[in-house]
Amino acid sequence: MGEKVTLRIWRGDAGQGALTDYQVEANEGEVILDVLHRLQATQAGDLAVRWNCKAGKCGSCSMEINGRPRLACMTRMSIFEPAETITLTPMRTFPVIRDLVTDVSFNYAKAREIPSFTPDPSVQLGEFRMQQVDVQRSQEFRKCIECFLCQDTCHVIRDHPENERAFAGPRFLMRIAELEMHPADTADRRSIAQDDFGLGYCNITKCCTEVCPENIKITDNALIPMKERVAGRKYDPLVWLGSKITRRTHADTPKAGGKRT
Amino acid sequence: MTDIERLGYDVVVIGAGGSGLRAAIEARLAGKKTAVISKSLFGKAHTVMAEGGAAAAMGNVNPNDNWQVHFRDTMRGGKFMNNWRMAELHAREAPDRVWELEAWGALFDRTPDGKISQRNFGGHEYPRLAHVGDRTGLEMIRTLQQKVVALQQEDAREHGDPEAMIKVFAETTITRLVKDAGGRIAGAFGYIRENGRFVLFEAPAVILATGGIGKTFKITSNSWEYTGDGHALALLAGATLLNMEFVQFHPTHMVWPLSVAGLLVTESVRGDGGVLRNSEGKRFMFGYVPDVFRAQYAETEEEGDRWYTDPDHNRRPPELLPRDEVARSINAEVKAGRGSPHGGVFLDIASRRPAEEILRKLPSMYHQFKELADVDITKEPMEVGPAQHYVMGGVEVDPDTAAAIVPGLFAAGEVSGGMHGSNRLGGNSLSDLVVFGRRAGIGAAEYLDSLEGAGRRPAASDADLAVAVAEALAPLERSGGENPYAVHSEVQQTMSSLVGIIRREDEIKSALAELEKLRERAAQVSAAGGAAYNPGWHLALDLRNIVLIADCVAQAALERQESRGGHTRDDFPGMSPEWRNVNLICSLDGDRVSLRRQPMIPMRDDLLGLFDRAELSKYLTDDELPPAAPAAPADQAPPASEETS
Repeated sequence: MGEKVTLRIWRGDAGQGALTDYQVEANEGEVILDVLHRLQATQAGDLAVRWNCKAGKCGSCSMEINGRPRLACMTRMSIFEPAETITLTPMRTFPVIRDLVTDVSFNYAKAREIPSFTPDPSVQLGEFRMQQVDVQRSQEFRKCIECFLCQDTCHVIRDHPENERAFAGPRFLMRIAELEMHPADTADRRSIAQDDFGLGYCNITKCCTEVCPENIKITDNALIPMKERVAGRKYDPLVWLGSKITRRTHADTPKAGGKRT
Repeated sequence: MTDIERLGYDVVVIGAGGSGLRAAIEARLAGKKTAVISKSLFGKAHTVMAEGGAAAAMGNVNPNDNWQVHFRDTMRGGKFMNNWRMAELHAREAPDRVWELEAWGALFDRTPDGKISQRNFGGHEYPRLAHVGDRTGLEMIRTLQQKVVALQQEDAREHGDPEAMIKVFAETTITRLVKDAGGRIAGAFGYIRENGRFVLFEAPAVILATGGIGKTFKITSNSWEYTGDGHALALLAGATLLNMEFVQFHPTHMVWPLSVAGLLVTESVRGDGGVLRNSEGKRFMFGYVPDVFRAQYAETEEEGDRWYTDPDHNRRPPELLPRDEVARSINAEVKAGRGSPHGGVFLDIASRRPAEEILRKLPSMYHQFKELADVDITKEPMEVGPAQHYVMGGVEVDPDTAAAIVPGLFAAGEVSGGMHGSNRLGGNSLSDLVVFGRRAGIGAAEYLDSLEGAGRRPAASDADLAVAVAEALAPLERSGGENPYAVHSEVQQTMSSLVGIIRREDEIKSALAELEKLRERAAQVSAAGGAAYNPGWHLALDLRNIVLIADCVAQAALERQESRGGHTRDDFPGMSPEWRNVNLICSLDGDRVSLRRQPMIPMRDDLLGLFDRAELSKYLTDDELPPAAPAAPADQAPPASEETS
């Protein structure tokens, strides 16, 4: 009990910063966030760490631990070698606010562009009927705790801020899939998934799935089926013919809060 | 004076969990320009931690359920200390509020006929909790978050700005409410975490939706935000707190490893068949059924086990007693030396249900134990024990409008008091959030509509703002003061060991003496570093609230000389009908907490008529009891028949 560990933590703000080493006590059964709390309480009261539930349920304490995107509250100290220096850095895809805290507002902006759940307005309260087998697909995606680790790791935007305008990232492409598979939703987001949210940028390397703390099969269950739906719509000859001979009675749902380009 | 950004709103909602978001949605639907202040990021509030479900008598699984049965269960769970009007509104309105979430996109688990499925829970007579596996709180907060976004999309279309009518201020903390010369709410003052800048939200109506006080205690299932902010803001603004002695210690949390002690183990484990055993392998709860509940609980393991498949002909197992009973029983077993290796008891579902079913119904629990304790709950029992989980006490409000006694101030959810009496039933919190969140939104909107002339825009005085700024800056400007983390840890230690699950006069008195010193020390802490995202400074400011609320809890706990629900006095072990009639009200007198007694409002006759006279006589004084043969009011459904007695 009470072994000292070395944490190498990035400290600084949007302007500049550097890695600083700290020796902190760590006890059996602890997670990274416990050790960070001890560091705050004893040596670095102003160390900025975003956290909330400390139970893997809120997705606040996302950071990079030895370079890997992880939740600090779910990373047990026992996975490290006793003498190992553990390096903690802020999520690289997002601008730093201070120390380990980043500005994740990009994600909230993308969330607001996705057309919301659109039920049939004639269904009265309490009258929805859905089968478990049908809700299960979207339920998997609704396990998402919005830790944004998938967004952080995705190579389309990691180190490529120029892609952020055209690409919503795995979390929000999955949100589109969730709504598309929602049994009571009536909108069609297939075209905008491709054209406005950049589904085509995803080349299914599954990095997002790998870092997901909720073990959601983002690529297999959300992104690939979504690609199939988009392809089905685009290349289905009947759909193509229909779009030519009818006057767009089933116009695509436009992206919210902006014009389609 | 230091630079303060001023922002004008109609309604300011402090708190962005279930009740805050529901209140904000309602205020916006009523056409009010609404600000939501969130201590964390949007969508991270403590509501995400709720696991079991939202209680609503929809009758989807057992058609005998209705609001009257739910009302009775709630009153019994709260040992009749509940504000009965709140319990009534809650039971009546919960189904619509749950269905409304569904219409906003929530995906609850389903029954075979496609309706919202409902699960069993402690103290609920019928399967009543709408749920999504064991992550119902996350579903609720995400749905409300996405509804806010949907409204912002509407506003973008109408006003060209998504934040024209409802805006979320993430990572922002309110430190003071401000009032005008006439004593009415004029707004809320606080700081933005990211840069430490001060902001004044100028608004005639403020809705408190800040949740609970868990960080007053050492072992708690609550997150860091739960520092009693709303409770303290209300007191400081001149409002009153009701029955703060009632603190819920939820019976089952992880006890090992130490770092996760306090992490919730959902009651659904028991609702779905899990049982509690001591070190001798005995299902000890059969020995702890109190008299008031004896008629409703099984006397043998066989009967309890049959209840899961045939609830109409068997009584429920005592593992599903209300939370206060189970927590006390576990405490007693551990004290008697029959605990588990790490000071808890065993919660066993592995030997009771197939692994596949456990994985499907309790995925988060499986994940939590596997990742944090290396325990496979499909193969071995969990070690669990009680931890602080919820506070029943809170801001005294009008049941219908959620208005506090200060004009313009409203409160909903855990920060409000009364609804749950002395003990909250599991599942009644999520439904409370949406029922009273909505009512607070309506209450605030109606209050705004009632304001006239110059009263429409009450203004705070510069002097009050200067005080608020000075108070907020003090820990940063002071050097050589104590470490806020150290003082906080002592408050938690004091409360957990002296005003915890079992209380005694001498111990509470020494806690009050300690708190007196801690109050002085809390006022003298220093925070090193600057104003930008500085957790030490934030804690230094939260400390004022934590100590103030600890004082209220301890004073009320000393005053109430009986044991009831979330207040157990070793020196007064019985429940007293005379004390049931007494509400304890905390207020501030200068900077000191003062306590007074206030009689309970007698329950309406038609609601009294929902109970047997024999049952009522266990709780009420003879004067309060209805005449010997009460006639059931014609417009009420007769009470559902008791289970075999």
